Amino acid sequence: MAILLNRDTRVIVQGFTGKIGSFHAEDMKRYGTNVVGGVTPGKGGQTHLGLPVFNTVKDAARETGADASIVFVPPPFAADSIMEAADAGIRFCVCITDGIPSQDMMRVKRYMRRYRYEVRLRLIGPNCAGIITPGQALMGIMPGSIYLPGRVGIVGRSGTLGYEAASQMKAMGVGVSTSVGIGGDPINGSSFRDILELFENDDGTDAVVMIGEIGGSQEAEAALWARDNTKKPLIAYIAGLSAPKGRRMGHAGAIISAFGESAQEKVEILKEAGVIIVPTPASFGEVVAGVMADRTKAA
Amino acid sequence: MDIHEYQAKELLARHGVHVPRGGLAYSPEQATYRASEIGGGKWVVKAQIHSGARGKAGGIRICKSDQEVGDAAEAMLGRKLVTHQTGPRGKLVSRLYVEETVDIRQEIYLAFVLDRKAERVMIVASASGGMEIEEIAEKQPDSIIRATVDPGAGMQQYQAREIAFGLGLENNLIGKATETLLGCYRVFRDYDASMLEINPLVVTRDGNLMALDAKMSFDENALFRRPEISELRDKSQEDPRETFASDRGLSYVGLDGNIGCIINGAGLAMATMDMIKIAGGEPANFLDIGGGASPERVAKSFRAVLGDKNVETILVNIFAGINRCDWVAEGVVKAIREVGVNVPLVVRLAGTKVEEGRRILADSGEAVIVADTLAEAAEKAVAAWRAVSLKKAG
Repeated sequence: MAILLNRDTRVIVQGFTGKIGSFHAEDMKRYGTNVVGGVTPGKGGQTHLGLPVFNTVKDAARETGADASIVFVPPPFAADSIMEAADAGIRFCVCITDGIPSQDMMRVKRYMRRYRYEVRLRLIGPNCAGIITPGQALMGIMPGSIYLPGRVGIVGRSGTLGYEAASQMKAMGVGVSTSVGIGGDPINGSSFRDILELFENDDGTDAVVMIGEIGGSQEAEAALWARDNTKKPLIAYIAGLSAPKGRRMGHAGAIISAFGESAQEKVEILKEAGVIIVPTPASFGEVVAGVMADRTKAA
Repeated sequence: MDIHEYQAKELLARHGVHVPRGGLAYSPEQATYRASEIGGGKWVVKAQIHSGARGKAGGIRICKSDQEVGDAAEAMLGRKLVTHQTGPRGKLVSRLYVEETVDIRQEIYLAFVLDRKAERVMIVASASGGMEIEEIAEKQPDSIIRATVDPGAGMQQYQAREIAFGLGLENNLIGKATETLLGCYRVFRDYDASMLEINPLVVTRDGNLMALDAKMSFDENALFRRPEISELRDKSQEDPRETFASDRGLSYVGLDGNIGCIINGAGLAMATMDMIKIAGGEPANFLDIGGGASPERVAKSFRAVLGDKNVETILVNIFAGINRCDWVAEGVVKAIREVGVNVPLVVRLAGTKVEEGRRILADSGEAVIVADTLAEAAEKAVAAWRAVSLKKAG
């Protein structure tokens, strides 16, 4: 079991024939992902990497039965691509693109609500590393080799910090059910809370690691939701203890402006909600392994 | 990206927002000329820097004669103005804005921001203008009016009316206020702004509504489609270290410590800086080298970090996902030879082909301190920096 993605998920690649799309489509196939085709407007009818290319997402969905898409389209056109996927009945979309204007994302989020909840697109990202269900499938740009299949869910904003956590866990023999990168942008498709809900309902996940950072209030909302709605242990790290107030740190979202957005304040809120805190970014492996060992003992 | 007050006022004026008459000056002579152009007997001379709280720092002066305008300009131009928002380095004043003064009856606070939670543009208004928003929120929280705009439909007339009435404006001002609010929204939307603050928006004695100040920031991700905004960038207002880096496509934020950082990914960069702090050091910067970490980007990063004279040690932490550690290591070695790194250098590589990468560093003959884990990297960097400081002190 896993969330959102498994070996049967039928995936199309938007921005398929471009350099980046091609590179990662190949890598995803190699990992075992069921890539069934791709979309590049104007190149419909061609074959690329041994798979069919379509002009529109609707064509691709109809011909391949795809239920998921991954977007590698450049920033000026990425929002349009997500909306195209939503309208074509794609249920799950991962957008890797970094640099989409905020107002475009506001429109995307508004547009997605046009559809009834039962047929609505679920978006992960943008500006994220994607999603991986170790041993089964990868929709993203992360190195598959650092993830051990297992029973701990990971959800984080940052790509490479997520790799750091997964590889520390692997070194301690702790595996991952699914790892989801929700991205660093201020307006994103799925929140920490959205993903925690999915992990809560997944039989294959025993505990969840949440990797947050300064800025916004999503980590605190997720922690409060978890306090009231889940029994699975929630373990969290918040990056940015050393960040000075009011400065922007790379991720458009990582700006501290209001109370409760600095790393220290977030850690306090999380602690109060009963979240297990990873004290330093070097202790992911140790803390998660400890939590899992306690569970085994208790059972 | 921030712009100056006079630039923001120009944009707003083009969209139906009333602003006082004013003119730009680069010298005391120009300033007095602007004053005579505007006419009257009282002017305000305002330093144009990318910061609020200019008044308390002496950057806004009321003048009652040509002589006073010239003196005020003389005192401000070419100096650095330090406000509580600029940091101790302050910001250089190279332009002034000379404006007519107006008789104020009421001051209003008005802002448009991108609200992350609502995922919409939010309008924030208060009848307690003149104060900072934090101060209003603390002292008169009930006075704050908030409204969000549906991105599908845009801001509606009724929303503007509701805000205008909510501010307690008289009936004969409601039309003007509606026009002002909708004008602000159009500017915000059409130029991809991320923040617009008018503090204060004033009701004048003669029954007009005017923006006495204006601050605007823009979404950097949208500048590709807003060339007219990109042109307004004023590099003299930026940290030169950050300008150097951003001109080379690197994401850099200058800080006050001594350990320079070169890292891939914003989250890992922040985590590494946290680790340096935990180990007892202070990071000199945030630098996200981005995807690829090609030899060229590594070399550019070294130049950016070494451009800060406070840097006494460099820590490189790359978690190779898409790329490979052996390529990154080759890039690091090439960059050391090309740039000439004259401070201790700690390198931690992780991910694909990590053994090959470490071997390349070890075999290079360059003085690279290699670390296996994040904790080790931070500890070694702090130890190396301590040794340098001791030597300097001794």
